[in-house]
Amino acid sequence: MIEIVDLVKNFGELNVLNHITDTINEGEKVAIIGPSGSGKSTYLRCLNCLEDPTSGSIIFEGEDIADPKVNINVHRQHIGMVFQQFNLFNNKTVLDNITLAPIHIGKKNIKKQKGLSLKQRQESIKQLKLEAKENALNLLRRIGLEDKADVYPSTLSGGQKQRVAIVRALAMNPKVMLFDEPTSALDPEMVGEVLDLIKDLANDGMTMVIVTHEMGFAREVASRVLFMDGGVIAEQGTPEEIFEHPKCDRLREFLSKVVK
Amino acid sequence: MQNIAKKWEVFERSFIEYGGYERVIDGLKNTLIIALIGLCIGIFIGTLIAVVRVMPGRTRFTKVMAKILNGICSVYTSFFRGTPIVVQLLLGYYVILPLMGINLKPVSVCILIFGLNSGAYVSEIMRGGIGSVDPGQMEAGRAVGLGYWATMLKIIVPQAVKNIMPTLGNELISLVKETSVVSFVGALDLYTAFRYIAANNYEFMIPYLVMAAFYIVIVLVIALGVKLMERRLKKSDRNS
Ligand SMILES: Nc1ncnc2c1ncn2[C@@H]1O[C@H](COP(=O)(O)OP(=O)(O)O)[C@@H](O)[C@H]1O
Ligand SMILES: [Mg+2]
Repeated sequence: MIEIVDLVKNFGELNVLNHITDTINEGEKVAIIGPSGSGKSTYLRCLNCLEDPTSGSIIFEGEDIADPKVNINVHRQHIGMVFQQFNLFNNKTVLDNITLAPIHIGKKNIKKQKGLSLKQRQESIKQLKLEAKENALNLLRRIGLEDKADVYPSTLSGGQKQRVAIVRALAMNPKVMLFDEPTSALDPEMVGEVLDLIKDLANDGMTMVIVTHEMGFAREVASRVLFMDGGVIAEQGTPEEIFEHPKCDRLREFLSKVVK
Repeated sequence: MQNIAKKWEVFERSFIEYGGYERVIDGLKNTLIIALIGLCIGIFIGTLIAVVRVMPGRTRFTKVMAKILNGICSVYTSFFRGTPIVVQLLLGYYVILPLMGINLKPVSVCILIFGLNSGAYVSEIMRGGIGSVDPGQMEAGRAVGLGYWATMLKIIVPQAVKNIMPTLGNELISLVKETSVVSFVGALDLYTAFRYIAANNYEFMIPYLVMAAFYIVIVLVIALGVKLMERRLKKSDRNS
């Protein structure tokens, strides 16, 4: 699904990702663990080119999206992303947060269609809006927040915000979801509700890549665990291999620190 | 004292009996129209410039385009911030527009020039406003597949405008004050209306005093409006 070939990322002089090659297959749940500053976020953000790779390729659905010439916006519609800080649109209601992209992009596609009369076009747009809203309400119902549809994000708790952020990404029907420490900014009592939702998605068969410090969660949900250190994938394997039989010293050291 | 009473009488007669107030109302209207529409044009142009100035560019082509556009914007803002608005008005009215063969009424020219001038100032204000919005907002927009411009206009700029509301109020106040030079191209504004009354009677003290009062009241009303708006925004922030 995503093929990473010889990925290098530098910030100026600083080398953050050092020749990473890996493949994320359909249906996989990849957990990325590793010490702070090891390049986990940067790696994840390169997967949808939120950071432009310095060199190397990101092959998504057969196309190298690291090539500046491809229309990255189209590919990003199929790659959902969830941030540590939620990043809900502050100036939009919860419902509009979810429908904004589907409506904007749907409208663009309708405008591209040739041979539509003005009236047909307006009819299509009306239909599009109705469907987007219906879909958004269904998603909100799924996370038990349909009564929050018309409020602004700042009135929500952290856990609610993150769940809305997740369904906002789902509204685009992505083929893969990227999570960057989705629970790190949450109060402890809200971590559970967000992890449960992510588990739900995993059970539905969603392909996902999760940077996380929740080792229990990684162990339970991941089909493969990557241990990043110093800008490379220092070790990878099944949760059992990584957590029960770590091979490299750095991983052993890391695990002894995070698993008390 | 008697003298002042007499001066007042002269002013009153010319203001009310001889219809001076009509001229003042017209002048007031023009002053407000030039400042308000000027600000609207300024916000439009300023937003465009600000968004261009922070544009990243992904391919080599868009990067070069961004550089060129940046250069143009920078010349534009340097010119409008670096020359007196009277000079801009005179150049517009007597040089540029005639050369282009365009014939506009003085007030229209003033609206245009004030808009262009304000655009240069608003672009700096707007750039600050955009900078004050959490970068995560842009990332989230781009991550769901919205383009740079769509994210800017739907997500970033509305939040930026909220942050710079008070500064935009000050810009409006500046514009109102600067309209007092529009008589250079023959437009009737508040100052011109009072100058006419004053010159008619060779009696300057009262007309200019009343004129000053007019300006002060306008500025105070705008300042009050800004303050009320600020308070409402703060409240909605707290509730939300
Ligand atoms: N935009 C940036 N500019 C400069 N340096 C950055 C930037 N983003 C990340 N870095 C640096 O890259 C390194 C890896 O960061 P990151 O990928 O966030 O690590 P992690 O997510 O594993 O904690 C860090 O040293 C960080 O300071
Ligand atoms: Mg990180």
